[in-house]
Amino acid sequence: MPILLELFLTFAKMGAVTFGGGYAMLPILQREVVEKRHWATNDELTDYYAVGQCTPGIIAVNTATFIGTKLAGTVGGVIATLGVVFPSIVIITLIAMFLTNFADLPLVKNAFAGIRICVCVLIFNAVLKLLKGAIVDKLTKILFVMVVVISTVTDISPAILVVLAGLIGLWAKKKGGELQ
Amino acid sequence: MILIRLFYEFCKVGLFAIGGGMATIPFLNKMADATGWFTRMDLLNMIAISESTPGPIGVNMATYVGYHIAGLTGAVVATLGLTFPSIVVIVIIAKALKKFGDSPYVKAAMYGLRAASAGLIAAAGISVAEVTLLNIPGFKTAGLSQLFEVRGIILALILFVLTKKYSKVHPVAFLAASAVVGVVFHFAV
Repeated sequence: MPILLELFLTFAKMGAVTFGGGYAMLPILQREVVEKRHWATNDELTDYYAVGQCTPGIIAVNTATFIGTKLAGTVGGVIATLGVVFPSIVIITLIAMFLTNFADLPLVKNAFAGIRICVCVLIFNAVLKLLKGAIVDKLTKILFVMVVVISTVTDISPAILVVLAGLIGLWAKKKGGELQ
Repeated sequence: MILIRLFYEFCKVGLFAIGGGMATIPFLNKMADATGWFTRMDLLNMIAISESTPGPIGVNMATYVGYHIAGLTGAVVATLGLTFPSIVVIVIIAKALKKFGDSPYVKAAMYGLRAASAGLIAAAGISVAEVTLLNIPGFKTAGLSQLFEVRGIILALILFVLTKKYSKVHPVAFLAASAVVGVVFHFAV
């Protein structure tokens, strides 16, 4: 299958099952992009999420653009992004046309209460898979814990935390003599 | 022409909402006030629908608003407007990463960034857990006995074990099963 078509279909598939925000896409990304197709590594996914926190746009969309660009240049980036938003456009338009009380239907409310719990577990499993590449020494362990605590307890923008962590990384490597 | 204004307004939201779908909400509030295309109450309903459907919440909102302004064409235009700024920025960054990715400076920054990124994702998981597994309003009114969503916690524990044991099974299967459990056991109503 030509790569552009495969990009579009894969990201459309992922967009169709991402419930509850960009982070919920991570477990699906790991399965489809890293494990099945080897389009990226877990480390690269973590990097894309990091950059995606500091740049305009929605994280699911940004990640699609990153992976699409990596695989097939600018065209790939555009196609992957179109793929990930395509199911939403279709589904939301259908709901807007026919079912304005969609969110109030008891069936929907109950199903989503269950789905949200599953999303929670899937995110934790996904984080466990990322930790191997993200925590490599004492400093990264400290950074990880601090970011978890700070972003849970405060309203500090994730972008600021990511930038600070990047700078700390640079400072640490410079201090260790690994940078000129 | 309304389509051009729609595209432009959603470009603004897409450009300034840094860090996730929830960040689009203040900008959507401003849009409601400035354009009169929808009210703040409409926005709340749209948020509920967007959380109940697949796809990033920002995209769902753009599609919903666009549809109400200008039908299917509006839905497409608004969504393209929202994603356009980030496509441009990310393509530039992705190409730069390809070119400079091996530089020791980039690697040093990534070493720090990666730990923070994992931390942010973990924090996101914690906040989802807070909302789904704990009942903070119940706790405030009725004390400790109301704090834990017991059925939710049981489901979560079962899922944790099953996902580890059957790690080859696609996450979607577990999502579908959880939806069924939610319906059968009336998790919400």
